[in-house]
Amino acid sequence: MAVVFERPKSLLDVPTHYCPGCTHGIVHRLICEVIDEMNIEGDTIGVVPVGCSVMAYDYFGCDVIEAPHGRAPAVATGVKRANPEKFVFTYQGDGDLAAIGTCETVHSAARGENLVIVFINNTIYGMTGGQMAPTSIPGQITQTTPYGRDVKTAGYPIKMCEMLSTLEGVALAQRVSVDSVPHIREAKKAIRKAFENEKEKRGLSIIEVLSTCPTNWGLTPLESIKRLQDEMIPYYPLGVYKDIAGEGTK
Amino acid sequence: MTTEILLAGFGGQGVLFAGKILAYCALIDGKELSWLPSYGPEMRGGTANCSVCVSDEPIGSPVVTFPDILVVMNQPSYDKFINAVKSGGSVFIDSSLVESECDRNDISCHYLPSTTLANENELRGGSNMILLGKIIKETKIFTLETVKKAIEKVVPPAKEQLIKNNFKAIELGMSV
Amino acid sequence: MKGNEALAEAAIRAQCRCFFGYPITPQTELSAYMAKRMPKAGGVFLQAESEIAAINMVLGAASTGARAMTSSSSPGISLKSEGISYLAACDVPALIVNVQRGGPGLGGIQPSQADYWQATRALGHGDFHVLVFAPASVQEMVDMVSRAFDTAEKYRIPAMLLADGLLGQMMEPVTIPEPSESKCDKSSWAANGHQFKREHHIINSLYLQPDDLEKLVLERFERYELVKANETDAELYLTDDCDILLCAYGASARVAKTAVNSARKLGIKAGLFRPKTLWPFPVKELNKAAESAKVLLDVEMSMGQMIDDVRLAINCSKPVYFYGRTGGAVPVPADVLEEIKRLGGEL
Repeated sequence: MAVVFERPKSLLDVPTHYCPGCTHGIVHRLICEVIDEMNIEGDTIGVVPVGCSVMAYDYFGCDVIEAPHGRAPAVATGVKRANPEKFVFTYQGDGDLAAIGTCETVHSAARGENLVIVFINNTIYGMTGGQMAPTSIPGQITQTTPYGRDVKTAGYPIKMCEMLSTLEGVALAQRVSVDSVPHIREAKKAIRKAFENEKEKRGLSIIEVLSTCPTNWGLTPLESIKRLQDEMIPYYPLGVYKDIAGEGTK
Repeated sequence: MTTEILLAGFGGQGVLFAGKILAYCALIDGKELSWLPSYGPEMRGGTANCSVCVSDEPIGSPVVTFPDILVVMNQPSYDKFINAVKSGGSVFIDSSLVESECDRNDISCHYLPSTTLANENELRGGSNMILLGKIIKETKIFTLETVKKAIEKVVPPAKEQLIKNNFKAIELGMSV
Repeated sequence: MKGNEALAEAAIRAQCRCFFGYPITPQTELSAYMAKRMPKAGGVFLQAESEIAAINMVLGAASTGARAMTSSSSPGISLKSEGISYLAACDVPALIVNVQRGGPGLGGIQPSQADYWQATRALGHGDFHVLVFAPASVQEMVDMVSRAFDTAEKYRIPAMLLADGLLGQMMEPVTIPEPSESKCDKSSWAANGHQFKREHHIINSLYLQPDDLEKLVLERFERYELVKANETDAELYLTDDCDILLCAYGASARVAKTAVNSARKLGIKAGLFRPKTLWPFPVKELNKAAESAKVLLDVEMSMGQMIDDVRLAINCSKPVYFYGRTGGAVPVPADVLEEIKRLGGEL
């Protein structure tokens, strides 16, 4: 019998702790598929965040360092500078990357650190139970914006790809989504491109992945996908914001 | 036997440099020594000072509070430190920039218009070295030979003219 | 060479090849020296965007097995405390240099020893210790660098070199050691890519099950006991027959030593106990030094922090007096001598 679908080798065979309908698993898989295709697991060091994916070290087969909250790009900088020939990626959520770790994110991008950042944007703090994230959409109800995010008091969301694309050191800034098969395929292509950039030493690549959080959004997995499509994609348009290696830039 | 030296003036007058030369002299003569600069904003245009200790024994505190030898290159430094000099100590004063005259009779004061002398002899900025020349003449703490060796150690060989000018300034200080 | 520069050169000779820093007075010469020298030594110098980023870069580099360090001064160390806690929790050895200045807050930029409590008790949240070395001369700044790295790697505990602005800024004759090699094998834990030759390594500090976390902390504290038994160090100066034992470390120990010498000339039997390791504190060394002493005089550039350890070490069996200056003021030997004379008169 021919095998038509299997677990990527670099994705470890362990039970998941993610909630049903959460898209972290998809993104983990995409990263591991790319690592397998490029055959770089033995030369890759992942840096994982604080947030729901804090335990991603249990899933990735490569060596993994669990960084303090928001500091993954700084930790990854240290790893990469000490080991310039290795592949280094960070995996970070929106609170980690765009709130407490904004400084580390922006400066690693400004320095053009030769890294891959995979940025999970689900517009909410998942691990702590659903508080407002820097990317929560205006009007979005969360535990800490019970009347909806009011931009007069809570300010506006940060569009990271747009912002980082203005920096010289960034090789690739692309926003993708995992709400549908075509989008998932697109997301994988983007992650592959990011690792290829690292191989070619082009600078920092950030792939922002619009994701769901059914548990803290209070929706079913299917409703969550619908929210991603109807509310998030219009606010956070998908596309390539910067790509120095060529191809269509938005 | 420990000699505690304090050099004080404006930032830019070469107070730290002169101290460094003294420290290297001690090193060349095989003495124990320490060199400690004042640092921070007070160096930027304000008063700069530097403590140098020369001793036959290991140096304890490198901070000179009561100097045996005081070099003052401006009025504020004179006002601040003149009464701290140990009884029996020596003071070297750039009298082109310090107007006061000391009324203490337990210390020996040497007045030298070193800035004027430097300018007149095309040794601009050499006031510190002229005073240093005077120190070795009066206190015999180091020989001219040692000072010259120290200068050659501190000033990079590429700046040969600077080395020559420093030698000239030291000799000028020794001659007055 | 200034203390800061000598320390930097010594670190390079000790095969440190990763330096991450952020400018702050009075340690800036250290960064500047590294910036100049590290590229020529084939190493990494990076000026980070913040102290927080710098210590996390150290965490990253050191997690892969590299000898990595950062340096700062008091307010910057507070910012680094998050990363230091993670280093300790991940059992990742690295070197942190604190060239102390006056505090609290922005404080001042003049020499101080007001971070003793922070260094020995509170370098971050959680149950942990960091090895703390306290040099008192430029030569010791140099010698303690490779020792700190070696000890940190041997026990997998981060190390701090606790200096102060005075030691960082001063020049003294110094012998810089020949380059040395690290003998420590880090292959059992370093996360530097498994090459398909071993299990994947995880550098992590998260343990959600109390039993798991407790077990790890207990194991770490067993290592701390080994360090306490084997790695304490102190200088005992004229302590054999002393009536008054001065206790001081770093720059204030130099001042105290001058005062002890002056007191001896006056016929007062003073001695000096100078810890070179602050954590672990040299308890047995202090008890030996204090054998003949009737009183102890603790001298610090703070309001009195090490004095707690002095009292604990001798179990409060003798009176311990204090003399200190704070805020960046350096005690004058003459003032310390006055204290000694006063105590001498009371004996």
